Amino acid sequence: MPVLEGRELRIVGFLCNWCSYGGADTAGVARFEQPTDLRVIRVPCSGRIDPLFVAKAFMNGADGVLVSGCHPRDCHYAEGNFYARRRLEVFKNVISVLGIEPERFEYTWVSASEGQRWQEVVTKFTKQVHALGPMVSVPEVSLDRLAALEPAQS
Amino acid sequence: MLDQLKETIKKALPELDFVMGWGMGFDALHATPLFMYEPEDVDKLVWGPLNIQNLATYLPSLKGKKVGIVVKGCDSRSVAELLQEKLVNRDEVVIFGMACQGTVNLTKVREIVGNTGLVEDVKYENGKLTVTADGQPHEMLLKDVRADKCGYCRFPNAVISDHFVGEERAPQVEEDTFEDLKEFESQSFEERRDFWMKEMDRCLRCYACRNACPLCVCRDHCVAQSRDPHWVSQQDGIRDKFMFQIIHATHMAGRCTNCGECERACPVDIPVLLLKRSFNRAVKNTFAYDAGLDAGATPPLLAFKVNEDNIKEKEW
Repeated sequence: MPVLEGRELRIVGFLCNWCSYGGADTAGVARFEQPTDLRVIRVPCSGRIDPLFVAKAFMNGADGVLVSGCHPRDCHYAEGNFYARRRLEVFKNVISVLGIEPERFEYTWVSASEGQRWQEVVTKFTKQVHALGPMVSVPEVSLDRLAALEPAQS
Repeated sequence: MLDQLKETIKKALPELDFVMGWGMGFDALHATPLFMYEPEDVDKLVWGPLNIQNLATYLPSLKGKKVGIVVKGCDSRSVAELLQEKLVNRDEVVIFGMACQGTVNLTKVREIVGNTGLVEDVKYENGKLTVTADGQPHEMLLKDVRADKCGYCRFPNAVISDHFVGEERAPQVEEDTFEDLKEFESQSFEERRDFWMKEMDRCLRCYACRNACPLCVCRDHCVAQSRDPHWVSQQDGIRDKFMFQIIHATHMAGRCTNCGECERACPVDIPVLLLKRSFNRAVKNTFAYDAGLDAGATPPLLAFKVNEDNIKEKEW
C-alpha cells in the first residue's frame, strides 16, 4: 500500500545495523504505514558508509539516497557516526555541482526504538524525492552510441 | 633572482642526492622537469611562468632518498600536505621556495599561436609573453593566458621552505570567493548534468589526471583498476568515467591544494578541477580548513568534533 500515488521511485537506504535498521524493524513490527520506494541495505555502522556508495547509487539509477545511523553520542562503536557525519556533510555540499539536486540525498539519525521517527523520516524523504521526480540516469555508453541506439529503441 | 636560486642550490647540492627543478624542454615554450645531480646541471635551470608542472608529484616515490625540490606557492602546499600525511619525511626533503608570478595555460597559448609545435623563441618580460612560432611573433599578456587557478591564488609564495629566494609577492586575492563555482551553479541542474555528460564523454580514461596529482598516492592499488572492490568497470561509457572522476575528487576532499595538475595533464581539457574545487569549498565552509597550509594539522575528514561547529544536528 504505497503512501504516495503513482509510479514508485528507486530510493536506496543505507542503514546501520545497530540503530536505524532496528528502528525500521520496530516500525515494521508496529505496523506503521510506510512508503515502499525505499530499498534497504544494511551496513555494520554508518561509519562504514563511503560517500562513494551514494555516488555509485546515483550513477546506477537511484532517484534518492537516504543514509541513517545511530544518534551522535549513541554509536555502537562510539565514534563511527561522528566520522560519517563529516564525510556525508561534505558530500551533501558537493552533489549539486555534479548536477544532482541536494534534496535527493539526506542523512539522518534514527535509534532502534524510534519506529515512529523512522516512519516520519521515510515518508518525508520519499515525498521529497517524488517532488523532484525520477532522476535522469547517467548513460552507460557514450553519447554517440546513445544517439545511435535511440531510434532502435523507439 | 634565478642566479641567486642557482647559487643556493649549488651550495646545498653536495648534501643531496639530487634537486628537482625545471629545465627547457624540446622548445622554449615547454619547460620540463629537470633533475640536477651535478653543479653543471644547475645551470640549465629555468624559472618563469612556464614552470607549470608540480614537481611534488615525484616526492612520495622518492622516499629514502634525500632530495631537493624547487617550488611555487601551490607546489609548496602539496609538499606540506604530503608531509602532513607522512608520505614524505621532513628530513628527506629540502625545499627551495620562490615567489610565483602565475603560470601559463598552454591551451590558451595554442589558441593564440596556433601550432605550438613550431615555437622557435619565447620571451617573457613585464607581464608580457612573446612567442615566436613559424617565424611569426605573437605577443600576449600573461594575464590573458594565465592558468585559471592563478586568478584566485592566495599563495604565490612558498608556504613552507628551507631556502626562500628573492622577495615575497602579494597574493592576487585576499580570499577565494569561488566565483567560478558560483557561475557554474547559476545553471539549472539539468544543464549541469548535460555539461558533465558532454565533458565526460570526451574523457579517454588515460588517468593522466590521477597520475599527475601529487596527492593521488595509492598508485598500484587505485580503486579505478581494482577488481575487488570493483568500483568502475572497463567499459568506456560516461557512467564509469564520471564515476572515476567522482572517486578522484572524493579522495581529494580536504586534501586537494588546488595545484590544478589534474586539469593541466588532461589531454582533452576537461575542467576536472571544478569538481575538486567544489570539495574544497565544502571543506572550507564546514571546517574552515584549507589543505596544505600547516604540515602539522590533521585533515578534517580524519577527525571529528562531538559538537560540530557548522553541521546542524537533527536537521533531518
